[in-house]
Amino acid sequence: MSAPASLPGDDVAIRLSGLTKTYGRGSTAVPALRGVDMTVRRGEVIGLVGPSGSGKSTLLKCLGAVIEPTDGRIELAGETIFDGARGGWRIADLRALRRDRIGFIFQAPYLIPFLDVVDNVALLPMLAGVPDAQARSRARELIAALDVGHRSGVRVSQLSGGEQQRVAIARSLINRPPVILADEPTAPLDSTRALAVMRILGEMAQRYGAAIVVVTHDEKIIPTFRRLYRIRDGRTEEEAGEGRPLDADPAPAAIG
Amino acid sequence: MINLAGRDIAQHFGRFLFTGVGLGLLIGATLTMAGVYRGMVADGRAVIAASGADLWVVQKDTLGPWAEPSSLRDDLQRTLAVLPGVAEVANAAYLTMQVPVHGREVRVMLAGVEPGGLGEPSQLVAGRPLLRSHYEAVADRATGLRVGDTVRIRRHDYAVVGLTQRATSSSGDPMLFIPLKDAQEVQFLKDNDSLLAERARTQANPALNRPGVPGLLDAVLAGQSASRSVNTVLVRVAPGHTVAEVQAAIGRWKHLTAWSREDMEEILVARLIATSARQIGMFLAILAVVSAAIVAFIIYTMTLNKQREIAVLKLIGARDRSIAALVLQQALALGLIGFAVGEGAATLWAPFFPKTVLLTAGDAARGLLATLGVCTLASSLAIRAALRVDPAEAIGG
Repeated sequence: MSAPASLPGDDVAIRLSGLTKTYGRGSTAVPALRGVDMTVRRGEVIGLVGPSGSGKSTLLKCLGAVIEPTDGRIELAGETIFDGARGGWRIADLRALRRDRIGFIFQAPYLIPFLDVVDNVALLPMLAGVPDAQARSRARELIAALDVGHRSGVRVSQLSGGEQQRVAIARSLINRPPVILADEPTAPLDSTRALAVMRILGEMAQRYGAAIVVVTHDEKIIPTFRRLYRIRDGRTEEEAGEGRPLDADPAPAAIG
Repeated sequence: MINLAGRDIAQHFGRFLFTGVGLGLLIGATLTMAGVYRGMVADGRAVIAASGADLWVVQKDTLGPWAEPSSLRDDLQRTLAVLPGVAEVANAAYLTMQVPVHGREVRVMLAGVEPGGLGEPSQLVAGRPLLRSHYEAVADRATGLRVGDTVRIRRHDYAVVGLTQRATSSSGDPMLFIPLKDAQEVQFLKDNDSLLAERARTQANPALNRPGVPGLLDAVLAGQSASRSVNTVLVRVAPGHTVAEVQAAIGRWKHLTAWSREDMEEILVARLIATSARQIGMFLAILAVVSAAIVAFIIYTMTLNKQREIAVLKLIGARDRSIAALVLQQALALGLIGFAVGEGAATLWAPFFPKTVLLTAGDAARGLLATLGVCTLASSLAIRAALRVDPAEAIGG
């Protein structure tokens, strides 16, 4: 996958500079990230791969403003949100940051089981104060784009695993965030469905101009990345991926 | 904005309802205990109101006729009747005993009243009042007697001619009204063997059986077998006079004590059932604490079961107040379901209690407020747990 041609190369959505994270202090300190540098442009889907315990999830949590890095710098869509040299977070309301500017996709869909498909997706704008009708209208539009429109009124517990994952993708996109963080989004899926999810993510990145970081150690999807970062012992190395085209892969409906 | 609590309840309504029913039965038990106390107070007041008297004249320094034994000569009423401010007087005798009703023993409060006078039941639900001076009875429905039944009291049979409802003693025993003369006999009657032994003892006493004094022995024997005692004289105050004024006038007689209606209420409610009330109060407090603990446990468990959803909600930007509202609203909904079930259950089973269980609207309102208060308090632990959930839990690793 690659950045869309229409997007300028300097349209950076994520820029990490010398990001470090150390758990604990003194003799019990465990460094999880040791100066990570990373750049992701809008419309780009990059892979973050590495073995268990290498620091993938820690990096994702730092990027998602869920845990505070120890040092370094994070810029989202041109705005510095964390700067270790200037005291840490530069944003007071991290929840609003997560709600409005970061989309999350998890290994399991983690939808709210007592809400139907539309409300699961519409919940985010509603939390941001968007009127219910408007939020639901936007949700229906996205759900239709992800080919689950025919299931919009049912409870998420009645959906298949693939359909739930597509609803989760819709939820991550609903507030048009510049950044989407996907944590092992294809882990529970077979090859066909995994590749279909990757194709959807690629399309959505291009359509909405979002930068998508996919944390994975799923060998099935690694060849699909045009660019990826390998992380080992808290350090990242940028690699050119194979960028295998997904055109021949099944349609989105295949992941249902 | 979506009501998350309402959606969750709708999704798991069966489980929620089942939990609410369990809690409701506990709340029902709590409301019933309050009803038992109210019933005791109401019974105490009912027996006072049923007599129709303004004053109860009893033996000096006693709390009679129900709280302590009191014995007065029955001719005292004639003296009281002529006091200024007295409109009506009547003797009355009360005693608690077991009577056989349809093959089972029923504990009743026997009330000896003068037919047509004070102390008679004011309202009958069937039959007629006492008209004859002997061997008729008016019974409370709770005795199980019906009009036309015969009830044996000591050595005599009494025809049930009328029925009352909710005429009970302060202990909740149903009342059985019989003519005063019969009640006096019942109260002080000795068995035949005792009478024969007493007569033989009197005959053997040379002081009471003098050969030169004819009629002395008969007079003494007649005096021994007759009963001229009553427990109280009921007094109704004439219009234009105050109860306090008549009460003070009677109090000046050194061998008598007169209690007003308020005094009797104080004696029956505040003194006689005070220990029972404290007992019930303790039980109520324990039930409330147990209910609170159960609600807290249920809400806490429900919250812990939603830990992942809460983590996701926090991660995607839900405010703490939205999370707290989710937990609090569910606790309150559980309380409301529990209260509705409890109120319904208490109403259903109250009539089956042997003594009066009085469920009042005031107690129901206080119960509802207490339930909501307890639920709010109980949810605080779960809210704290929910707010401590780390949004990072939604992300693996």
